[in-house]
Amino acid sequence: MRHTISCLVENKFGVLSRVAGLFSGRGYNIESLSVGETLDPAISTMTIVTSGDDQIIEQITKQLNKLIDVIKVVDLVEVEHVEREMVLVKVNPKKENKAEVLRLTEIFRGRVIDSSQKTYTVEITGDERKIEAFIELMKPMGIKEFMRTGKVAIARESIKPK
Amino acid sequence: MKKTGSEIFLESLKRQGVKHIFGYPGGVVLNIFDMLYDDKNIELILTRHEQGAVHAADGYARSTGKPGVALVTSGPGATNTVTGIATASMDSIPMVVFTGQVPTMLIGNDAFQEADIVGITRPCTKYNYLVKDVSDLAETIAEAFHIATTGRPGPVLIDLPKDVSVGKVEPVYPSSVKIRSFNPTVEGNPWMIKRAAHEIEKSKKPVIIAGGGVIHSEASKELKQLAELTEIPVTTTLMGLGAFPGTHKLFLGMPGMHGTYYANKAIQASDLLISVGMRFDDRVTGKIAAFAPNAKIIHVDIDPTSIRKNVRVDIPIVGDAKRILADMVAAVKKETKKQWGEIRKSWLKEINKWKKQHPLEYEYSDEVIKPQFVIEKLYELTKGNAIISTEVGQNQMWAAQFFKYNKPRTWLSSGGLGTMGYGFPAAIGAQLAHPNKIVIDIAGDGSIQMNIQELATAVINKLPVKVAILNNRYLGMVRQWQELFFKERYSHTGLDVVPDFVKVAEAYSAVGLRAEKPSEVEPVIKEALKTKAPVFMDFVCDWKEKVYPMVPAGAAIDEMLLLEKEEKKEKKRKLKAVK
Repeated sequence: MRHTISCLVENKFGVLSRVAGLFSGRGYNIESLSVGETLDPAISTMTIVTSGDDQIIEQITKQLNKLIDVIKVVDLVEVEHVEREMVLVKVNPKKENKAEVLRLTEIFRGRVIDSSQKTYTVEITGDERKIEAFIELMKPMGIKEFMRTGKVAIARESIKPK
Repeated sequence: MKKTGSEIFLESLKRQGVKHIFGYPGGVVLNIFDMLYDDKNIELILTRHEQGAVHAADGYARSTGKPGVALVTSGPGATNTVTGIATASMDSIPMVVFTGQVPTMLIGNDAFQEADIVGITRPCTKYNYLVKDVSDLAETIAEAFHIATTGRPGPVLIDLPKDVSVGKVEPVYPSSVKIRSFNPTVEGNPWMIKRAAHEIEKSKKPVIIAGGGVIHSEASKELKQLAELTEIPVTTTLMGLGAFPGTHKLFLGMPGMHGTYYANKAIQASDLLISVGMRFDDRVTGKIAAFAPNAKIIHVDIDPTSIRKNVRVDIPIVGDAKRILADMVAAVKKETKKQWGEIRKSWLKEINKWKKQHPLEYEYSDEVIKPQFVIEKLYELTKGNAIISTEVGQNQMWAAQFFKYNKPRTWLSSGGLGTMGYGFPAAIGAQLAHPNKIVIDIAGDGSIQMNIQELATAVINKLPVKVAILNNRYLGMVRQWQELFFKERYSHTGLDVVPDFVKVAEAYSAVGLRAEKPSEVEPVIKEALKTKAPVFMDFVCDWKEKVYPMVPAGAAIDEMLLLEKEEKKEKKRKLKAVK
């Protein structure tokens, strides 16, 4: 099963390679990884998407916790959370498809952020399924290339007042 | 007052109580070595290879419980430490290794003797540092010692660029270390401990498996209390030898691939395994799916990743073995009021039956020296009062089987990584820490050649280490596998040219002795024990001898190959002939 693991880590050089090395050294798979600073510039957050059975995921979270530079590990499967990913798609549509690209972009609440004589570059934000659906729809239009950010995720606050 | 990085380095080590460093000099550590030249408090032991330095620091650490320290230069000096560091890492040995590095402004330029040792050792250290600024040095060293010795111990490496050892700063030595992301759990969960006590009460066939963690946490006393209170038999893994007295009536010897028949039988028949400070290594469990099929498992370990890594666990308890065992003793006393002697009678009887059926055995010969006989004699003539280190292979397994370890920290062996060449430098480190004890490296003729140059270290530092070479002219363990599983095709295991170890010893100004017949074994050992200098004892052994019992790879641990005595073999041959 696929898991999204959120990790607070010390913002030091070498931390990324410690985390990446843990996965490669033990044969775990990283499907996507995104890193960014938090409110406290001494701490970064990593969102790692990985997959494995329960025992493997348990090992992954324990092994991450064991790394000296890792402050906190949360497997987001266990908590309510929201997640988003962004993709930039550069399409190269034939003349008759140009309007369709713009229409689909609108339907997906995306934006055209760059255009040239031949291409549009479209930005789409959403969960994985939405991103994938958009890419599928764009394929017949002629995708030149696309770039995905990898997933970021955040736990939801309880909506009931405490 | 401002101090140089080299001065801060030395002062930091003194504050950690370091008395000895094992090392080897080189270009970028010249400034530190210059400081060591006339320092009165810290002695540097010059080894003859950086790998030897790290293994010696490891032997020092295992035999004392204090962190070992090594200091080497950059590039090849640093890369030569990798095997030693990985050895310590696999066996959770506290150690701080300092490597020199090219000046910070040259890092990344492929400078002379530059190696990215922090990158290279990342997976085999508990943590590692590149110090980029001399003002971070004092704090980094304090942190490194804290990390190496706290929780599950392990090696930490500090890479010191030359300009950091030369640079000057007003040092601030931290009085304590706090790392927000590193707080190992020490106290066991009381509810789990209570549950464990109830499982002990319910169980009819319990077994304790103790590992190296019991030694690291100095929990032997508590382990003995629990075992004696509840009359539960104890088996210790290779790493745990000495954690429980080898001569105790509840002791089952070692489990696993070359474990005793009765330890493996007891585990497989048990209904409760109490495993403490061990990690269910594949050499212990054999085929996982068939391991201890009827047992509930209580697993005590300071490292949460060890729990449920290889086997299912019913009662996980994360924390320090010493505290948890003490708490378990208290919980058993409080929660259960039983006459254990009566309750355990039938279980211990069953075990004793297995002990009688297949004790550890070999066939003695008058003509050729059996390696097991050498080890029995070493045990007899030292009365067990020795620190034993081993190399890896048959020598290691026989040393584990036929010597009895009654005290912790008297058994030094590379269990996890299985490093040939470990035992001799480790013995040197242990001898330095224990000048008045007998320290013996039990070696093979293959392994001893992997760090034989350290004989110079032993001679020059007057460390009277004894090396018992079980010389069978083969890489015996691999040969054994080839005999049993590869149709006796001895591919590259015959060491056709084995040096004359007596002459080698003499060439280094050490003492060399040789025994070629069983009757010569005792006199040679006696002579060696009398000698106040390093001694190589060359025991010319039966090359065909094999380690038994043996669990073939992939088999369950009760599917053991056992020693077949000659008479039995003869009968079989005759039977075949008749057919």
